[in-house]
This record gives sequence, C-alpha cells and structure tokens, in this order.
Amino acid sequence: MPTVSMTVNGKKVSGEVEGRTLLVQFLRENLRLTGTHVGCDTSQCGACVVHLNGDSVKSCTMLAAQADGAEVTTIEGLADGETLHPMQEAFREHHGLQCGFCTPGMVMSAVDLVKKNPKASEAEIREWLEGNICRCTGYHNIVKAIQHAQTTMSA
Amino acid sequence: MQDGATGIGASVKRVEDKRFLTGKGRYTDDINRPGQVHAYILRSPHAHATIKGMNKAAAEAAPGVIAVFNGEDMEVGSLPCGWQVNNKDGSPMHEPGHPPLARGKVRHVGDQVAVIIAETLEQAKDASDLLAVEYQTHEASIHMDKALGGGPLVHDEIGTNLCYDWEIGDEAEVDKVFAGAAHVTEIDIVNNRLIPNAMEPRAAVGEYDRSDDRYTLYTTSQNPHVIRLLMGAFVLSIPEHKLRVVAPDVGGGFGSKIYHYAEEAIVTWAAPKVGRPIKWTAERSESFISDAHGRDHISHAKMAMDKDGKFLGLKVATKANMGAYLSTFAPCVPTYLYATLLAGVYTTPVIYCNVKAVFTHTVPVDAYRGAGRPEATYLLERLVAKCARETGISQTDIRRKNFIPADAFPYQTPVALQYDSGDYITTLDAAEKAHDVAGFPARKAASEAKGKRRGIGYSTYLEACGIAPSAVVGSLGARAGLYESAEVRVHPTGSVTVFTGSHSHGQGHETTFAQLVSEKLGVPYDAIEISHGDTDKVQFGMGTYGSRSLAVGGVAIDKALDKVIAKAKKIAAHMMEASDEDLEFKDGKFTVAGTDRELSFGEVALSAYVPHNFPHEELEPGLDEKAFYDPLNFTYPGGCHIAEVEVDPETGVVTMERMTAVDDVGRVVNPMIVAGQIHGGLAQGIGQALLEGCVYDDSGQLLTGSYMDYTMPRADNLPSFGVGTESTMCTHNSLGVKGCGEVGAIGSPPAVINALVDALWDVGVRDMPMPATPQTVWNVINSAGTAAAAE
Repeated sequence: MPTVSMTVNGKKVSGEVEGRTLLVQFLRENLRLTGTHVGCDTSQCGACVVHLNGDSVKSCTMLAAQADGAEVTTIEGLADGETLHPMQEAFREHHGLQCGFCTPGMVMSAVDLVKKNPKASEAEIREWLEGNICRCTGYHNIVKAIQHAQTTMSA
Repeated sequence: MQDGATGIGASVKRVEDKRFLTGKGRYTDDINRPGQVHAYILRSPHAHATIKGMNKAAAEAAPGVIAVFNGEDMEVGSLPCGWQVNNKDGSPMHEPGHPPLARGKVRHVGDQVAVIIAETLEQAKDASDLLAVEYQTHEASIHMDKALGGGPLVHDEIGTNLCYDWEIGDEAEVDKVFAGAAHVTEIDIVNNRLIPNAMEPRAAVGEYDRSDDRYTLYTTSQNPHVIRLLMGAFVLSIPEHKLRVVAPDVGGGFGSKIYHYAEEAIVTWAAPKVGRPIKWTAERSESFISDAHGRDHISHAKMAMDKDGKFLGLKVATKANMGAYLSTFAPCVPTYLYATLLAGVYTTPVIYCNVKAVFTHTVPVDAYRGAGRPEATYLLERLVAKCARETGISQTDIRRKNFIPADAFPYQTPVALQYDSGDYITTLDAAEKAHDVAGFPARKAASEAKGKRRGIGYSTYLEACGIAPSAVVGSLGARAGLYESAEVRVHPTGSVTVFTGSHSHGQGHETTFAQLVSEKLGVPYDAIEISHGDTDKVQFGMGTYGSRSLAVGGVAIDKALDKVIAKAKKIAAHMMEASDEDLEFKDGKFTVAGTDRELSFGEVALSAYVPHNFPHEELEPGLDEKAFYDPLNFTYPGGCHIAEVEVDPETGVVTMERMTAVDDVGRVVNPMIVAGQIHGGLAQGIGQALLEGCVYDDSGQLLTGSYMDYTMPRADNLPSFGVGTESTMCTHNSLGVKGCGEVGAIGSPPAVINALVDALWDVGVRDMPMPATPQTVWNVINSAGTAAAAE
C-alpha cells in the first residue's frame, strides 16, 4: 500500500493507505480525527470540509494520496489552545449549531469565506453556504454568526 | 433578565457547543471498539421479489470476510410495532411480520437481504459484489390507489393491502349538518412524502462481553431505553439487565431515529457469533432507502358553513401510506396524531374523519417532525383559505370568526382532545404586526412593477404535543406508557448530576435542563451536569419525540427537584433544630422564619453525606431523588405563521420573501434555544412546501435517492425568519411549558402554499401542489388560464 505524508494541524503525519482511500477516511480512521464528518456520498453536504493549503475543500471528494505533502487543517486544529477561533466563538454566541454534526464543515467553510470575502453580504454568505447542508438551524443563526465573525476576524 | 442569569427565561449559551465546535463531539461512528470489525448490509435492488436462492460461498471466501448471514441464518423475532389501531368494526389492524433480514420475499428497494462482516468496510463491500442472490421479480404496488385497487399484495398472508380502516366522529350526524349548510367548500389535498435526512446517517456498534454475558449497543437513537426494550424483549430475547444501549451524541433525528431498526438487531445479534464488536454506518444512499420516511397522505375534505362563514362541520377522508412494513409508531401517526387535530383552532362543532392505512412496496413511513399534525394543519389551513375565497370573507376575518375564544378554555373539541389554554387572536395580531402586513400592498405593487407576482398566506394552527398521558394513549392502542423519568443526584459538595430519560440530539437539553436546576436549587450553573443516553446510567426513559422533552422530561426533573428540596428541608431543620414547617427555601438558602438562622444548599448537601448526628430512624443519609412524571394531558402550542412569496411567472421560480412565526409555546426557559428550534422547523416546513418530495417510479425505484435529486433546503433557499412568542401557560404541568420542537414544521407549509395561491390567484391559479418547484409552478401557471376561464 502506498504511504502518504502530510502536515495535519501543524503536525507531520504519515500512513499507509489504499489507493482508493479518501482524505476524510485517512483523517477519521488513520489519525482518529473524528471531528470531520461524513454526511453524504455525493459531495453535497459539506460536513467533511477541511482546509487544504489554506483553502476549504470537501475531504470526501479527494483521495488521501492527492493530499500527499499538503498542509491540512481540520476543526480540531482551528482553536488556539483553549481559545476558540473567532468563527467558533461566533457560532457559540449566536446559537449557530444544534446537533453539531454539520458544524465542523460549516465552520471551516465559513472561515474560508470570511478570509476570501471579508465583507460578504447576507446574500453572498447564503450563496457560499450552498455546499454545506444543515438540517437543524434553518441557517438563520449560522448567517448571523458569520456576520458577527466578519467583524471579530478582522479585529 | 440580567446578564449572567442562568435560570428560567435566560438565553444561556449552550454547554454542548464547545465540544461540537472543536470536533470533540462523540457520535456513534466516532466510536471504535478494540477488535472491531465492519458490517455491510446488502439491500434489495427490487421493490417486490422472491428470493429464490443465495450462494454465499464466494463472498465468504473473499479476503477479510469473517461471516455472511442472511434471513435464514438470523432466526429471531420480528421488528415490533408499538401501536395497535383498530378498524371501524373494532377488529385489530393487520400487523405483518418484519424480519431484520428478509426471508422469502423482499418488499421494498432497500430491504435488508444479507449482512457481510469483514475486517474492513472496504472488504465487506467488495465481498457483497460476490454474493449471488437469485431474485424472481414481481410487479409492485407503489402508489396507494394501485395498492387498494387490486394491485399486487405486499404481504400475501394477510390477503389485502389495507392495514386498517379507522374512523373518528359520527358520520351520520356530520352528513346531516352538510345537508343543511348554506355553503360547502371542498378540497383535495396531497401531503407529499418526505425523507427526514438528519445530517448524521444512522449507525450502530454491537458488542458482546462473554465474561459477564452482556451486550452493548451504541446507536443513533432518540430513545435508547425504548430500543433496549423493543430489541431485547421482542427481537433478540435479551433481558434488560444483560443489555446496555447507549445513544451518544446524535446528529439530529426529526423522528427518524425513534424507531427500532434492523441494523441495530443485526450487529447486536452477530457480535457474539463473530466474537468481535461490529460497526455498521449507513451511507447517505442507504439512509434514503432505509430510514423511515414521513407524511404521504392523500385526502379529500369538505367544510360546511352557515351563510356568514361560520364553520358547522368538517368531513375528511384520508389514505395514509404505511410503506412495506409497520414501523414502530406508524399506525398512530395518521390517526391519533392527525385526525384528533382536525378541529385546529376553530369551534367546528362536528367532525368526521375516515383513515385508510395502506401497505405499499416502499420504505416504511413513520413520524417525521410534527407527525400527523403537519398533515392535519396543512389540510385544515388550505381548506380554511379556500373557504375564505369562496365566501368572499377575508383570510383573517374567517379565522377570527371561527377561533375558539380565549375565555373558552378548557375547550373540549369534537375529536377527543381537550385544549387547556391558548389565545389565537393575540398570536394572529402579533404576527400581522411583526410581518408588517400593512406594508404588503406596497410590496406587492413593487413586485408587479418588475413583472413578478407577490402573495401572502396565513396559517393559524395548533398542535398537540408533550406526548403523552399513558392512560389516554393506552386506551388508543399504544403498547407503552409515555411518561418520563428523572433522577437528581446532589453530590456531597453541592454539585448536581441530573439523569434524564429524554435524549438530546440538537435540542440543547444539557443547557435548558441545567437552567431548571439552577433556578430551583440556586446552585451555580457550572456545578450542574445533565446525563442522558445511556441505559446503564439513566434509570429509565421514553426518549425524545413529539416535543416532549421539556413538557414531560423537564417536568419529571422538576418533580425530582421538589423531592430533593423536601428531603433537604428535613436535613436543614435537623441541623438548625427547627421544625421543617418553619423553614423557607429561597435563592439557594434555607432560613428559619423569624430568625437569622440560615444554611446554604451546599452545607445541607454536605451534611446529607456526613450524617454524624442524624436521627437515622427518621432521616436517611444522602440526597438523591428520582421521579416519574406522567402528564395529565397533551400540551397545545399554537400560533400564526405568515408567509410572503414572490413568483417569477416566466420561470416559475419562487422566492421566500418573508416568513413570520408568532408561536405560543407556553413558558420559555431559554429564548435563544426556542427561537433556534422554531427556525429549524420553519426550514423543514418551507422545504416541504417548496423543495422536498420523495419520488418513486412505478417499478418502485426511488428516483430521489441522493442529495443530487432530493432537494434539501440550502441557505440560499431561505430568508432570515421573523420569530416571536406570545405565551399562555400550560395549566396542567408545573413549569407551564408546552413544547417548541415541531411548531415550525407544523404551521408553515400551508402558509407558504396559501401565499403562492394568493400570488397567482389573478392569473387563474386555484391550487398548488407541494413541493412547489419551479417546474410545478410553471406548469400550474400555464394550465391555469383554462381553469379560470371555466369559472
């Protein structure tokens, strides 16, 4: 089996994988980073979003082998020790999560949005979230949380 | 409420959020047991077929495969149904068997045929390709009309596809009212079939410990004790003391995780056979064809009115799809959770409803957020809107004219329920104000100026939740009681653990329930922990569904807190050498009336566990109390939802412009969480109205079997919502709470469709099916001209 190596949450890791192993499987099963979730099998729901070399990607939609040599950040690596990332804090403050299952992907996706488009309008936020499905919140408070983080992330 | 407050009425930030936000949630698929192997379920690709044979040899010999089992291997009990509904003539419904792995026949696409257990999931899946199953396929009964009209039988042994033929009300009396009515309005209603789609797919890990002959099942369940009882007693014959069921963090349920599913029984049964823990996790495509679906009613309804538009009588005939097998709660959904709601918020004096439940070659249908009540509300509020159109009375006047007045409670309806409280005019007025209905004509004109059409729609609804008084549901065929239990354990240093039989899978119980304790005991909020979801920790529980967690589970906690205070008072009286009648407990302190003597709750708690001078014959050590609470009645949330839509008549595209909900959910413990529950319900209601629909082809293939085909509401399909509460208190529970989990999904669909019909009324549109997708709306608009011309 081929060996892949990458930096995950600042730590160098490597492991043997089958050619067909997805990045999300490598994260969840080899590294036991179970914060990244799998909610569908058609690359629609976004529960598996992580950052790859700084950009949000759906980790169910690429092979682990394709991430060889990359820098990966998962939800476990977003906070600064005990201090939550401003996006995590905004989700908590605005009740942007309920069951928590879509939350890791939603937060990782939202961080990338604010980085790329710091002044996104409500319509732009909603459009960006098209690839992240939440069944609990109706998105109302997720949008509010991201709007809040637009101010705290730039501060 | 001041900043930092943690009692009832405070928007306390959620305790659970930190673990979910940092990836530390522990869902079933995150659990990995030592030596664990993986199960893959081979499912039927056919809706109706006879299994002629199965050759397991090649699959069994495949790399990594440990075992392959089919229905002949797994001789266990049938997956049980928890509710018996009787026919009009008093005879019981048909209740066919439901083996966890199919025997002889498969009855829907997705039916479980075999399980392959291997070292890795990939090996199990690879081996499934080598499992040769010989099917003889048959024509299927997919749609209810065909199933009832001589279509192929789903269960040959019962000789019919009619599960039951049930009624409520006096048909002759209702017919008499219709004969003398000044006006009758009729409507045909289809309540579209939905697929619940909690974001976490179902999963189960089964484990057997030979050293103490005990089984453990980790599962994605809303009610672990119910699974323990159903699976242990009816399917696998494992006594409760040898079976632990754990429902850890669960990623949403919406009803679909109430039921006992085959996969739970399969991994638990197979674990001792392979001598290893076994994990099964659904892929989303499997969820679509194996999670219980929701809704799927076809109805005809008519309302009799006097010349002033006062409702005189309602008659309804409904066909309800059960799918291929009876899921755990299925029979009660279109009967006791549906027909009993047909009075709604109105004084309609006589009501008759007939329900025919039908077997089809489709996935079982059961309760989905609202369960029966959205179907009743959709029918009634679409009918009321049509009554207003036909009588020329305004949408609000016809409602006001027929509302049960605020001073008429308790109000006995003609369909069994007795409402305890409500004020429907107040919620309607508040919703109209919050929505800025006064500004609607200007907004409509602005839409029309850009070639669009704009409409507004109302739904004034009520639901019955806080499910439910055991005596009532028992008399209606429930095979369980629907109480809840709680234990409040005060530790020596005054911190508190609450064990609750309710289960939280997004509702925030760890926060809300702690607020109840903080309010009542005066204990700091961070010294309280809520424990749920493990049958080895929690004494018993009926779980979470029917908006019952606070109204039943929360009240059970309140009752246990009363017992804790009563016991603590005795201890405090002993410590302060006073009579417990002279003691007062307030703000976490026991005081003796007329003196300056006082003890904190913490001091009393410590003394309970350090009882050096207790009179032991009168006072036991310890401070740990349990309570079971069986509600006296259902609770009756209600309110007014107003939808405003804009339609592009060129394309049929509908935009949700505004959605306002003012709900009466009784006392509000955490306003932030209540608003969040309502938001989520509204999204699911709008989803049903505009986006979501389960489609089978005539052969029984599910055409909407993935997120590519089944439209889940996305952020850009929805507006920000306007939500508010106008509460009357529940009169029969100690907290005054009613429940808020389902109101959004119950009230909103008719508001949206009524708004669409309003928007398109002037182009001749008189009806609109759900989901009102652009294609559907475009077709309705383009066939509407003829309908209007015929009027």
